[in-house]
Amino acid sequence: MTETLADTATVWGWLAEVPDPEIPVISVVDLGIVREVRHEGDTLVVAVTPTYSGCPAVDVIDLEIDAHLRRRGVAKLRLERRLSPPWTTDWLSAEGREKLRAYGIAPPVDGTAGSRVQARAARLSGQPAVTVACPRCGSRATEKVSQHGSTPCKAAYRCTACLEPFDYFKCI
Amino acid sequence: MPSLPDMTTPNVEALAADARAPRPDPAETVPELKPALFEGLCRLGDSTLVLGHRLSEWCGKGPALEEDIALANIALDLIGHTQMWLGLAAEVEEAGRSADDLAYLRDAMRFRNLLLVELPNGDMARTLMRQFLFDAWHHEMLERLTGSDSARVAEIAVKALKEVRYHLERSSDLVIRLGDGTAESHRRMAGALDMLWPYTGEMFAGDGTDAALAEAGIAPDPASLHEAWHGIVTEVLEEATLGVPEGRADVQKGGRQGRHTEHLGYLLAEMQFLQRAYPGAEW
Repeated sequence: MTETLADTATVWGWLAEVPDPEIPVISVVDLGIVREVRHEGDTLVVAVTPTYSGCPAVDVIDLEIDAHLRRRGVAKLRLERRLSPPWTTDWLSAEGREKLRAYGIAPPVDGTAGSRVQARAARLSGQPAVTVACPRCGSRATEKVSQHGSTPCKAAYRCTACLEPFDYFKCI
Repeated sequence: MPSLPDMTTPNVEALAADARAPRPDPAETVPELKPALFEGLCRLGDSTLVLGHRLSEWCGKGPALEEDIALANIALDLIGHTQMWLGLAAEVEEAGRSADDLAYLRDAMRFRNLLLVELPNGDMARTLMRQFLFDAWHHEMLERLTGSDSARVAEIAVKALKEVRYHLERSSDLVIRLGDGTAESHRRMAGALDMLWPYTGEMFAGDGTDAALAEAGIAPDPASLHEAWHGIVTEVLEEATLGVPEGRADVQKGGRQGRHTEHLGYLLAEMQFLQRAYPGAEW
């Protein structure tokens, strides 16, 4: 019996069902880390890129993708780690950003990855380089507590209007 | 009808195709470069590994929750860079070793990290000043490596640089805040700078390995990074009211050739204990 290979569009649909282990409201497809789905002969190849190079979730993500695709009946599968071009927060889908906000994590403000010039300008002017809206009350009266938050991809912020602390998914 | 340059240049299409063709990666095609490349990759990966380990020693002991988390996050980034650098080093070496083997099963004399990063953490002033002096170098080094003729080296640098921009921004801010802070924070930052300054020259002292890699277009000559580094460091230290020390910066060196301080042995004893005591252990 010859097995029929699932077409890549179907595989993309399956991958959209795999949640990010640290932020389970978004899928690995929403996060933009799945870079390619292709067939090599009868082997399905999925290329995945890490968000941050030391992200400890990388191995768990590979494991979950592998397990989910096998549950969907994929018999031959290979995961590829792809470094280039490097992941950027611009690859977060619009839907993914909304899901983040609803979950209480402020989505990245595009094009604001730190440059030395921006950082220096912010320091000299006393004004923050980025204005991040509070995901709970929507106020823009927020301040950075620390550039490093609960995971490598997040910074710690607080809202001075509703006084809640929150995570900001920082640009990279 | 062909345009004028096309008529005067023979076979312009072949020239264009040639320009488009990917240049061969010296990391993969030049066998006599491999020993220098392995050495150069270990120098990068060992510095990020040892500094990453030092920062992880603060985990659970930071002076404030945010600082504790920040140091652990930066440690994580540096360990991530280590996996990429030593992973490529292991591939280049072709001796059947993995990145983990290189990290956990080499003795101190085989490590090629800068002496600066193996120094004990001391207080937060010393930890932050060391981080700043390293970040300023790391940032320039990675920026230059993004233009490496080796595509493998360049792609790692592009990835790592995105993270190191955040490291440098944070350490610059903290050096300024603490240097231009209270009398006590200023005193500690000034003391840390004086203690660490003699170790900074090593970052710019090249040897034969560096010359071979620079010649092949794989990595910059270390000396060529000094001007940019000095510019960043001068700007930040002056804003921090600390100023650039006048003493010689090149007194302490040898780490990149395997001559280390006694501190590295203690660090490795802790970092490598598990793999030495239980070879091949996994979890």
